[in-house]
Formats: sequence, structure tokens, C-alpha cells
Amino acid sequence: MKEYDLVVIGGGPAGLAAAAAAHEAGLRDILILERDNELGGILNQCIHNGFGLHTFKEELTGPEYAGRYIEKVEQLGIPYKLNTMVLDLAADKTVTAMNRQDGLFQLHPKAVVLAMGCRERPRGALNIPGCRPAGIFTAGTAQRLVNMEGYLPGRKVVILGSGDIGLIMARRMTLEGAKVQVVAELMPYSGGLKRNIVQCLDDYGIPLKLSHTVIDIQGKKRVEGITLAAVDDKGRPIPGTEEQYDCDTLLLSCGLIPENELSRAAGVELSPVTSGPTVNESLETSIPGVFAAGNVLHVHDLVDYVSEEAGAAGRHAAQYIAAGCTEAAWRTLPVSCQNGVRYTVPSAIRPDAAGETITLRFRVGNVYKNKKIAVYAGDACIFSRKRPVLAPGEMETVQLKTALLKEHPEAAGITVTLEEA
Amino acid sequence: MVDIVIIGAGVSGCAIARELSRYRAKVLVLERDEDVCCGTTKANSAIVHAGYDAAHGSLMARLNVEGSRLMPALAKELDFSYEQNGSLVVMLDEADRPTLNALYQNGVANGVEGLRIVERDELVKMEPNISDEAIAALYAPTGAIVCPFGLTYALAENAAKNGVEFRFDTEVTGLSPIEGGWRVATSAGDFEARVVVNAAGVFADALHNMVSEDKMTIIPRRGDYFLLDHSAAGHVHSTIFQLPGKYGKGVLVAPTVHGNILVGPTAIDIEDKESTATTQSGLDEVRTKSSLAVKNLPLRQTITSFCGLRAHEVRHEFFIGEVKPGFVDCAGIESPGLSSAPAIGKMAAGIVQGILNLAEDPAFDPTRKGILDPKTLDPEAHAALIKQNPAYGTVICRCETVTEGEIIDAIHRVPGARSVDGVKRRTRAGMGRCQGGFCSPRVMEILARELGIDQSEVTKAGAGSGLIVGVNKDSI
Repeated sequence: MKEYDLVVIGGGPAGLAAAAAAHEAGLRDILILERDNELGGILNQCIHNGFGLHTFKEELTGPEYAGRYIEKVEQLGIPYKLNTMVLDLAADKTVTAMNRQDGLFQLHPKAVVLAMGCRERPRGALNIPGCRPAGIFTAGTAQRLVNMEGYLPGRKVVILGSGDIGLIMARRMTLEGAKVQVVAELMPYSGGLKRNIVQCLDDYGIPLKLSHTVIDIQGKKRVEGITLAAVDDKGRPIPGTEEQYDCDTLLLSCGLIPENELSRAAGVELSPVTSGPTVNESLETSIPGVFAAGNVLHVHDLVDYVSEEAGAAGRHAAQYIAAGCTEAAWRTLPVSCQNGVRYTVPSAIRPDAAGETITLRFRVGNVYKNKKIAVYAGDACIFSRKRPVLAPGEMETVQLKTALLKEHPEAAGITVTLEEA
Repeated sequence: MVDIVIIGAGVSGCAIARELSRYRAKVLVLERDEDVCCGTTKANSAIVHAGYDAAHGSLMARLNVEGSRLMPALAKELDFSYEQNGSLVVMLDEADRPTLNALYQNGVANGVEGLRIVERDELVKMEPNISDEAIAALYAPTGAIVCPFGLTYALAENAAKNGVEFRFDTEVTGLSPIEGGWRVATSAGDFEARVVVNAAGVFADALHNMVSEDKMTIIPRRGDYFLLDHSAAGHVHSTIFQLPGKYGKGVLVAPTVHGNILVGPTAIDIEDKESTATTQSGLDEVRTKSSLAVKNLPLRQTITSFCGLRAHEVRHEFFIGEVKPGFVDCAGIESPGLSSAPAIGKMAAGIVQGILNLAEDPAFDPTRKGILDPKTLDPEAHAALIKQNPAYGTVICRCETVTEGEIIDAIHRVPGARSVDGVKRRTRAGMGRCQGGFCSPRVMEILARELGIDQSEVTKAGAGSGLIVGVNKDSI
């Protein structure tokens, strides 16, 4: 088996952008490993538009957006293997993978980009009591059946969770002839983008019930109904608020979980908040030469940011290899979060290793109004920006000027916080 | 007329069928569901109890100890997952010492080997995550874990290999004596048999009561469980029970043969024999009780919760015997029914043999190979397998690393998988942390292709459980 300098695990938007950027940074020996039967990842089933507004300044569908990157990878001549499952990643970066053509094989790259994406939280993990009949699907599974195979998984639908895939599927199921009765959300706010609530629910008259959850599922063979109830501020159902819905389908859009089983096996340190690797400003994990980007790192709201982040990971991987796979012992500043900032990516910054700017991405834990995002190096404020509204469904991005950071050599750490505007 | 009709393809029915397949006899197994292993056998603690629990002198006690002794050799012969991990019954209050000693004495009397009481210091060494309140425990080294699906499919496949015929989607609706046997009326027509064996689980009372004046009452006793992800593996090594005491009966925490952790069950008597719905209060009860004997249990790693029904006869005993000429009960098979299955099979088959005096079949083959799991092969053999059959190189279920080769094998076995759940129970595709989110559409494709049906006809678990209701815009 031919060896490669860089192996990119995953051929979705993150993997494609990382591979292309690494190539553009001068690296030639790159291989993409993809477990599905085509490149593009989950974008292939996202046939709605709204992708690429930031990157291409036009509205693309998911497959079109993926197509741009696939074309680029093809033009650059970056090899890839489809239907190839990576079974193990070792701490020394040995990749063990398998497919029909090559059988079981190992690769020993100098660097690895983790781009495995995420999975949906299933019913079992939500502990919804009741029956376990056919007709309970995660929104993404239903999306695949409808958009890629043309099959309708149900006609009378209730959706639990207001994540973006759930909102998109509310509209899609309606367009395909199903009746979506309600979208229920456990939290007092939606987990999805505002534009999706407007375009996918409001425009179709589908009610969104915040602070509601499914407390029972009925039906022995196929779903026959569900019981919805309002919840209190601790998420506990409030007796007396039960409402019965007759339906044949329950779609779940209750959160995405980065798929880090390989990372964990390799010994990559994971964040308990994001379930993704902890990374520095170069998107490098706790294992030197192993980089991460996209939804495997933290769940994004827009694919444009995935591509941007993955491009950076690819460039840094190329730089790491070009530098002979060694790294100086740079001064490292941990990034801490306060006042509603749940996490940051990166979670550590090495000012002397960074380029001109450092991109910090994060999400907040609640809906906030009239705040400002502030970043401190030690006690000194190095960034501040007013935000009229911040919501958990939307990712925040801050561009830090590295020069400003370097003006504070005494700082032991960086703090990202929300303050009154 | 066939020689024997066995009603029910759970673990008892399949064990009996397999034992009877040693003889020259026409054996027919009738099952109301679409597959083997769809009732009580499907959802339980997956434990082979050592046998200290059942009251000394009871049939339950005898068959449990015998079943537990037979299981290791059977696992080798029929190639299913079985692991003797030992079990611990943990005492949390010194006041319960007499109960612990009594349990030990009962076990010794039942003939359970290697039993001893371990005190806290040793207990903590054996199980570092044992509760801080644990004082001592009854240790049973012969306690074990088994895959209930694996065991039952192994028995069924071996029975089929030796000539037993299985009829699914066939619900028995009536029984009437005829000359030299019984007429068995079903949803799929009538059958005649010289001997009928009633192994109908929670419905065994209904069948029994059709033929006997001596009535029987089986109460479905619901048990709710949590199944934790592989990431929780190693939290406990033995099967950990609580000694009934001031905290009530408690729940068990056990590893599974597939590297998960199982927590449960509740014991809630219900009326509906077909209701396997979990309830919030049941799940809450498991959650609360799970922390009594084991600390820091990562319940956040739950990948699914489920519940099963035990066929609890009000007298709490197994009823195995000929209750009318040619009608053999195998009823009241609640816990430790899974543990006892090999012994139940032998006993019930022995009774049938006593009635029919069948000749042994010299062609009987006692062995069966399970579905090959390529993960168990060394790298060279693994590579050779993919070369020989590339379907073993395509991973369908990412979470459990199940390949297309395994799924195709599962579908073409006899009796084979005909639904998504049938594939899941045989191969573990969809059994992992994403619970089929990624692989179920692909499993549906493979089922459709291999069974020669349209994908829209593929069900989750047999008739009425279709996963697809139409095609896009068909109602517009």
C-alpha cells in the first residue's frame, strides 16, 4: 500500500476543504478516506438551498456546495478512497482501514486531519418512555430516505427538537405531502437558526412549541400517537399539560454529537462540553500532527464556517509536515469562558505560532440580548463587539489580532466573556 | 399429522426443538411473531444465574443449576457468546447479614459450586466501583452472561439444520383433541400433531387453559432497562445484584457479552401481555436504584432503554409436564428461564420422548457455526476473507463495525432475518450508539435486495411495522 504524508479521515465538507487547502499550501501526498459511497458527506442529502452565502456569495443547495469542493479535489488530483471505513487510529498516527478493493490495510502518515463529522442523538439517549415501534426516525435518517431515495417515511408527523435538520425536515415533509402537526422543543429557545424557523415553520403554518417534550409514544407495530407536555424550567413535564397527537411518525432533531470514537482510541484529549477534541490555534489536537475541523470538532451552524475552519486545519497540517513534523515549545495561553460562553475553539492559543489573526469560535448557553463579546489577555481587553442578540443555535466568531495579544506578554491566559453592552 | 408441534419460538421452544431434533421425528415450531426470539427472550437481563436464588427443592432451582452447568459446553457446540464473569450479591446493611447467609446456604443446598462470601476489602479489589456502602457480597464464580439472541438463534438454527421446521406469523387460536393427537388451529390454517408442546411464554396460560380444567394464571411482569454504550465498558466486571433488604429488591448492573453495560430491571405487574412500553416512573426507578450498589455509573452513556415481560405464574414456579395426553406444558418460564433453557430443553424433550418413544437420528449434527464476525480474525485471515468475499470489506453499521457480509449471512440463514430488527439481533447492526440512524436505510436496501422485495416492503419487525409509507408527493 502506498504511503501518504497526510491522511484526511472523512470526505465531507470538512475533509474536502482540508485536503484542498493542504494541497494549495504545497503538500502533494494527500489521501482522503470516505466511508460512504461518494464524497460530500451529509451535504448530499441536504437538497435545500442556503449554502455558500458566505463562501461563494450565492445560494447553493447542499449537493451543489459539496460539488464545488469535490470538483476542486478532482482538479487538484487529490486521491480518495470511497466505501472505506477507518477502523482505528493509533497514537502514532497509524491508520487502520478497510474496503472491498484493498481489504484491511494500514497507513502511516506524518499528519492526520480528523473530519468525521457528527451523528444525531437517538431516541434511546433521550430516554423518552413509551413503545418502540416503527416510525421513530432521527431527522437525518428521514432526510436520507426522502431526499436520496424518494421514500416517504410517514404521513402524520410530530417533530421533537428544533435543531436545523428538524426544521428543514418539517418543510420537506410538508412539501412531499405529509402533515407536520407540531415541532416541540424542550428548551425555552430553538436550537436552530432563526431563518430556518421563519422559512420552514412560519411560512407553512407549523407551530413551534417551546418548553415542550414528548412524554409517551404509543403504537405497538407502528407509531399511532404521542403525548406532548409542557416542561418546567428544569425540563420536567408539568402534570395537566398533556396533549395527545395522533401521528404515524416521530422525527427527532435533538442534538448532534461529534463522532470521536477514533479520536478517543488514539488518545486525543476531548472536551466534555463539545465532545470534540481540544485544539490550539492551529486546530491541532493534543497529539502533535493530528488536526481536527468541522463537526467532529464542534457542531457548526453553517457549512461555510466548516469549510473555512477545515481549510485552516489543512494548511496547518501542511505546515507541520513542511517543518519536519517538529514543533517548538511555544508559550501556550489557555482560553477560558465566562458569563454564558460555553466553550471556545481553539481552547488554547500559542501567540508565537499564530498568523496575523486568530479565529475564535464559540456558542452561548442561552439567549442573550444587548450584550458585547469581550476578549481579555490577562486583564487587558483586546477585543470587544456589541451583539444585539446571541442565541445557542448560532455560532459566534471572533477574529483576534495576534499583534494585540503579543502586546501582553505578562498574560497567563485569555478569557472570552459576555458583558453588558 | 406431524409428530410434534411446539408453540412458541422463544428460548424455551427453540431449546426443546433442538433437543427433539436428535430424534427421527417431524417437528414443527409455530410462532406468532415474524422471527425467533421476539417475546420474553428478546428483552431480559442476559444473565446465566448461578442458581443460588431459586428456593431449594423447586424445579426452578434444579433446572437453573443444571442449565448453568450445561451452558459453557453448549456455547462451544453452538458457537454463541457466553462469558463466565461471576456474580456478586451485594449487602449494603449489616442488619441484612442473616439474609446473605441464608442465600449462601440456599445456593449450597442447590448445588451451586464455588460460592463464598467476600468482605469489603476483597470486594473493592474485585469491583473498584462498588458502592461505598457495600459491606460484603455473595460471590458466585459460575455466574455468567450470555447473548439471549445469540443463544436462541443458535438453538433454532441447529434445530432447523437437523430437520425442524419453523412457521412464523402463525398464531395459535385453538386446540382440540383428535384421534391420536391434537388439532392446532392457527391464523395460518390448521395443523395436526401427535404431541403439542406449549412454550408460549406470557401466553402459555391461555393455551394451557384451553385444554385443562386446572387453570393457570400468567401475569406479565414488566422490567425496564437501560443499555449503556461501549464507552462505559469496564465499569463493572461481574454481574452486580443487591441483596433484598432495606432498599427493596434493587436492580442489577452487568456487563454484556458485547461490551455494553446493562442496568435494570424493574418488576411491575401489568395486564396487557403485548405492552412493552417503558414508563417514566419505571425508568426513574432504575436510575435511582442503579446507584445503590455501584457508584459513578455513567448513565449519561445510555444508548437505549427498553423493557421486557417475564411470564410470571402466580405460584412462581416452572410448570413442565404432560397435563393432558399428548399436551406438554412448558409454562411459567420467568427468570431464571434463560439460564435454565438448556435444562428445560432436555426435560421437556425427555417428556415428549417418553410419550412417543422416538428413535434417535444417527444423522443428528450437534454443531452450528455462528455468523462470522471478522473483528475476531487475525489481520491475515481478515484480509483473506475480504479478498474471498468483498462484502466483508464494506462496513454498514459504523458504530458496531458490522459488514455487509455479516448482514447477507444473517438474511440467508434458516431461520433467517426478514426485518431490520431481525438483522439487528443477529448481527448487531443498529445496536450501537447511533441506534441505526446511519445504517438502517442501508440495511433496508440489503434486505430488499437479498429477499427480492421492494424497499418499501421492508419492515422494522414484521407485518404492520413498515418503515416507509409511500413515495414522495404520492398524496399530492
